[in-house]
Amino acid sequence: MAGLATPASAAPHARPPLDPAVMLVAPAAAVMVMFFVYPFAYGLLLSFQPAQGGVLQNYIHFFQTRDLWQTIGNTLQLALPATLINVGFALAIAYATRVKSPYQRLLSTLLVVPLTLGTVLIAEGMLTYFGPRGWLAQALHWLNLYEGSIRLTHNYWGVLISLVITGFPFAYLLILSYITGIDPALPRAAATLGADGWNRFRYIYLPLLTPGLVMAFCLSFVQAFSVFPSAVLLGSPAGTTRVIAIAAYEAAFEQYDYSLASAVAMIMGLAQLAIVAAALGLRRLFYRGPVTGGKG
Amino acid sequence: MVMPNTAGRPVEKNEFKQLRLEGVSRQFGGANALDQLSLTIERGEFIALLGPSGCGKSTALNCMAGLLPLSGGSIWLDQQRIDTLPPEKRGFGMVFQNYALFPHLTVSRNVGFGLKMRGVPAAEIDKRVAAALDTVQLQGHADKLPGQLSGGQQQRVAIARAIVIEPPLILMDEPLSNLDAKLRIEMRSEIRRIHRAQGCSTVYVTHDQDEALAMADRVVVMKLGVVQQVGTPQEVFARPATLDVARFMGYRNVLPARVLRSDGASVTVEGAGGVRLAGTAMQALAAGASVMVAVRPDEIAIAEGEHAFPGTVETAEYGGREWLLQVRTAFEDLLYVRSSRAVTPGDSVMLAAAPDRVLVYAGES
Repeated sequence: MAGLATPASAAPHARPPLDPAVMLVAPAAAVMVMFFVYPFAYGLLLSFQPAQGGVLQNYIHFFQTRDLWQTIGNTLQLALPATLINVGFALAIAYATRVKSPYQRLLSTLLVVPLTLGTVLIAEGMLTYFGPRGWLAQALHWLNLYEGSIRLTHNYWGVLISLVITGFPFAYLLILSYITGIDPALPRAAATLGADGWNRFRYIYLPLLTPGLVMAFCLSFVQAFSVFPSAVLLGSPAGTTRVIAIAAYEAAFEQYDYSLASAVAMIMGLAQLAIVAAALGLRRLFYRGPVTGGKG
Repeated sequence: MVMPNTAGRPVEKNEFKQLRLEGVSRQFGGANALDQLSLTIERGEFIALLGPSGCGKSTALNCMAGLLPLSGGSIWLDQQRIDTLPPEKRGFGMVFQNYALFPHLTVSRNVGFGLKMRGVPAAEIDKRVAAALDTVQLQGHADKLPGQLSGGQQQRVAIARAIVIEPPLILMDEPLSNLDAKLRIEMRSEIRRIHRAQGCSTVYVTHDQDEALAMADRVVVMKLGVVQQVGTPQEVFARPATLDVARFMGYRNVLPARVLRSDGASVTVEGAGGVRLAGTAMQALAAGASVMVAVRPDEIAIAEGEHAFPGTVETAEYGGREWLLQVRTAFEDLLYVRSSRAVTPGDSVMLAAAPDRVLVYAGES
């Protein structure tokens, strides 16, 4: 291959010729550019071209309109608790099921099924089961556990529950893979040194899992922050569950103001970025190396 | 949570006299990983569990540590039954094959972990950790992470971590098998020195007979979950109780024969081609019985003698100090012979062995 032979008269530290195999990256790079980089850049530029006013008019408008800037708080109020609940429960259940057994497989499958259902189907199910006349209300009345009315749909709680149902499987699978990656000899060694179950969790598992938990938090948070169909179907989109995705949707498809919609989307991205950056910053404080106990 | 230093306080190393395994069995997937293992370990002893892979030695160690439950039998520390206790209540130190150092803790935190679990005050932890690191000669590495240490250094941290809690018993699971040959020999004497200095009883698992012979007060040879022989290194080396033990200890020449004359321990046997050998019976043998004769390569010499027999050298491998020969004789298998004399393939030689070094076992029919 001509490309591989360097002429003897080349400078002593000439760059080696480009390996032709690098060009195999081209199709994936093209897809990235077409479907992510270009639309993102287009949207970013569009957000600086409002119908009236200066370059930053969209952003100023966003932060001056209560109806708009409040959506950040509404979304955080949903996404943060939902993510913390998901990561917390996923950690507990993954820890309990970390030993391979047929029981573990069955439980894993059951817990992961919501991943296959999709947000709209879950919302539909919740309206039926958790509504004021739904299955849950009837069961509680029949068991005489609670006489009042159940208000779990068309409000904040409906959206929160749906975020937990759809977000948990992802967090669970992620954390389970982190936990099973920890060398099982480590807690055994800790046991021989006198650590009981709680101490093994606290001094061995938790420190080694923390970087992974932070990653799980970041990924789950980003998912939860972009909540949209649940907020509309199960929440009160004009009130407490008016999330930032709804604001962007309305700007784009009800007011046909694509510039404003792009600006809202950018702000949404920035908010997510800020939380993720903060979490990753925290992660640096912890041990992030390999989780095995030595050579061999 | 009950901490170890209340009711279930781990035994201090100078308090106990004996660790007893009585009929310990463990089944795994229908097979017997351990079959009725009975063993008594006295205070201060260094016991080696020796055997090939799958013989149950690691299983026995893990059962002693409490990491595996027993299917049958019991384990006693003097008068206290301990096989019902979880590992954190037994108070034994353990050194794992892959060291199992906590990767997120520094060397001193690793070594001090057991003391921390026992609620020892911080100042004393520092003192004892420093002393333990001195013992294993790792002063100056206290603030490093395990990932920054070499294999041999990690090994020593693992040992320090086990001895610093001053346990009545230390369990070692093939701790040297991941080290290179030179380091292995160095660490062998290190471990022996530490054992003498500390006085903790030690149970040491290995598949390397050189290690077992060099380090142990007593050797327990195991095969397929069953104890084959318990004895001092000299006994196990010179008088292996069964043919399996003999094979494992390096008696490479195993020849079928028939007993001609039996006189107590002395027997005369006849093998292929009418070759007659004088040997020592390791079991009760009657005249006419079919037997297997085991001889070490370094205990057959090129020499004349009453029972010398002829052979032809097929290959000669030079090993620096001596030659390893493969000799074709009337027997079906080639004989391995170590000789300090230089020979060339094709030479005819006469081979002889001292009767007390020719071990005769009942044959496998």
